[in-house]
Amino acid sequence: MEATAGGGCGSGPPLLLSEGEQQCYSELFARCAGAAGGGPGSGPPEAARAAPGAATAAAGPVADLFRASQLPAETLHQITELCGAKRVGYFGPTQFYVALKLIAAAQSGLPVRIESIKCELPLPRFMMLKTDAEIRFGNPAELHGTKVQIPYLITEKSTFKRMDDEEKQQETQSPAMSPLASPPSSPPHYQRVPLSHGYSKLRSSTEQMHPAPYEARQSLVQPEGPSSGGPGPKPPRHQASLIRSFSVERELQDHSNYPDEPWRITEEQREYYVNQFRSLQPDPSSFISGSVAKNFFTKSKLSIPELSYIWELSDADCDGALTLPEFCAAFHLIVARKNGYPLPEGLPPTLQPEYLQAAFPKPKWECTLFDSYSESMPANQQPRDLNRMELSVKDMADFPAPTQDVTGDDKQALTSATDEALPKDISEDSATPKDPNSLKARPRSRSYSSTSIEEAMKRGEDPPTPPPRPQKTHSRASSLDLNKVFQPSVPASKSGLLPPPPALPPRPCPSQSEPASEAELHSQLNRATSQAAESSPTKKDIPYSQPPSKPIRRKFRPENQATESQEPSNTVGGPASVATVKPHPAVQKQSSKQKKAIQTAIRKNKEANAVLARLNSELQQQLKEVHQERIALENQLEQLRPVTVL
Amino acid sequence: MAVCVAVIAKENYPLYIRSVPTESELKFHYMVHTSLDVVDEKISAMGKALVDQRELYLGLLYPTEDYKVYGYVTNSKVKFVMVVDSSNTALRDNEIRSMFRKLHNSYTDVMCNPFYNPGDRIQSRAFDSMVTSMMVQVC
Repeated sequence: MEATAGGGCGSGPPLLLSEGEQQCYSELFARCAGAAGGGPGSGPPEAARAAPGAATAAAGPVADLFRASQLPAETLHQITELCGAKRVGYFGPTQFYVALKLIAAAQSGLPVRIESIKCELPLPRFMMLKTDAEIRFGNPAELHGTKVQIPYLITEKSTFKRMDDEEKQQETQSPAMSPLASPPSSPPHYQRVPLSHGYSKLRSSTEQMHPAPYEARQSLVQPEGPSSGGPGPKPPRHQASLIRSFSVERELQDHSNYPDEPWRITEEQREYYVNQFRSLQPDPSSFISGSVAKNFFTKSKLSIPELSYIWELSDADCDGALTLPEFCAAFHLIVARKNGYPLPEGLPPTLQPEYLQAAFPKPKWECTLFDSYSESMPANQQPRDLNRMELSVKDMADFPAPTQDVTGDDKQALTSATDEALPKDISEDSATPKDPNSLKARPRSRSYSSTSIEEAMKRGEDPPTPPPRPQKTHSRASSLDLNKVFQPSVPASKSGLLPPPPALPPRPCPSQSEPASEAELHSQLNRATSQAAESSPTKKDIPYSQPPSKPIRRKFRPENQATESQEPSNTVGGPASVATVKPHPAVQKQSSKQKKAIQTAIRKNKEANAVLARLNSELQQQLKEVHQERIALENQLEQLRPVTVL
Repeated sequence: MAVCVAVIAKENYPLYIRSVPTESELKFHYMVHTSLDVVDEKISAMGKALVDQRELYLGLLYPTEDYKVYGYVTNSKVKFVMVVDSSNTALRDNEIRSMFRKLHNSYTDVMCNPFYNPGDRIQSRAFDSMVTSMMVQVC
């Protein structure tokens, strides 16, 4: 226990560290001291000075560490002054620990005073730099035992709010969020990355289009955050994420002095890219279309020719869409370019899609993270993503051809640009070296996207069709709409027929009673049947079991109505006729009950009839309109034809 | 093999033109420009039939004493024009067709790039390198 900070801080109060803090601080200290020993040239002067005895942390790594805490420069100066390092000229353990404590205090929003460190504080957070090679990208190391990312993040934002004269209420709200969100460690690390420097720059240029996609990303990264944090913390989080993705470069510039291995994607970066990918395209094994990617990458503020070149490099199979490895490569190149690295002449080997796919296998992410994504996705995201998915589904589903054609046609459909190439050209194109890649990619994407198609369809079909699906209203129309979407993905199903809803199958079975409206009817009939054991009641059963308007059952309608028409006449004829229909042992009240039941059935059928007739007329109307459109288009075509000779 | 390669847009302005760097580059540009009339003529001649049946490769547009000019049209009326040295008699029709096919594929790749707006000049390095490979033999 670091009892008294006697040596360094002259008038310092006793520095009480908790166990966790002590562990953390000693590790940090060892790191700085170790780094000092290994650091090229930053060590020697301080080391020489500190030669007498005590281990010290050299100023270089310590300064890096302090910068990594994301505090502004003047605060850091204050801290160094307070902790006494300036006085003694070096960072001994005591000074270092005091400094760390002060950093934690500053990050918590407390003023930088000696008194602040007396109270219990969360651990300070830094961008811990693992190795030289990865320092450039600012990859945070995992500080074992410290799970305080969110408090740091919150406090970080709170300090920024103050500095930017934001309202104070966010500070109060932000600590409330700390226990709530528990995302994986690296995304919040990346959230921290850019906050300091890029923040002010980007806040001034907050465009409207940013919040929406970033909100999606936010909801990704902090699944519980949005739900619990409320609207208040959202704006800072938006901006934080806004900054996160595009001022990575600023942060990296500060720390990047190491040119080796610029083209290698690290694990954290990879996760970050994958999260971004998932925000644009939920299925990790599917593609991002060109236009979507264009909008996304344009936000990086690089020039169009450079972006065009980056695209050229990263889209290995030149299909106008980015798979996950291609996307990661492109993102990586953009990040590198923003850092000032010249773009390579060719795609570096570490960014090749095959390498990326081999190095970072994706499948395990799909199931788990796709599920978490789908469950964490807020409702307002669903339609948008659904539209995107449906769009891609429709595009891809328009060509249910074998793989080779699918490669060409798929991409044609996906790219919104005017393609003039023939499908066979594209397939030829892909037939050359890119063939294994594309073939490998396409079947996988088809298989996964088909599952997502089905999920999307399942999600999509519920809202349009009313829950009492058997009760028609626009069953026909809705079935048509859905069929357009269903047909390609479920080609097996008969066209024009809805897949039987769950409620339907039990219905034909007379022994089971289905919807409540027909329950008594069925039971009546069943009883009658069981007692009657005659063909006519059973015949009645079958029509009765289908009355409401499954289009499938429509052909039974005439029968139904025929029998129905028979029934009223029979029933009108009097109980006698009913009695003749029913077996004699049937009690009178049974027959009257049956009459009632029949009458209700008649009523229902009439209603269904009316609805269907209305539907019919609507559809006729639609048909007419479509005909007219067709005629108009044909006319146009005729007119244009001679002109388009050229 | 090719002395000059040009990609002309539908509205007959150049998207990409590149010649072997000689002193008479302007002559090549002029030849390409005049060849556009021939291209239009050929397209209109075929235009009576359905568009689908139209051949993309137009063949020899016109020969001069030093050079031969070949043409190729895509379905979106983007024209490729290639000027070939006449002295290079070893060049067969099939080779010209294959060169145009390569051009067409590279052009497709350029179009696939979402950052490329149709109608812009083609600045793709991949396209450049492909054209260079077609022209590099000429000294």
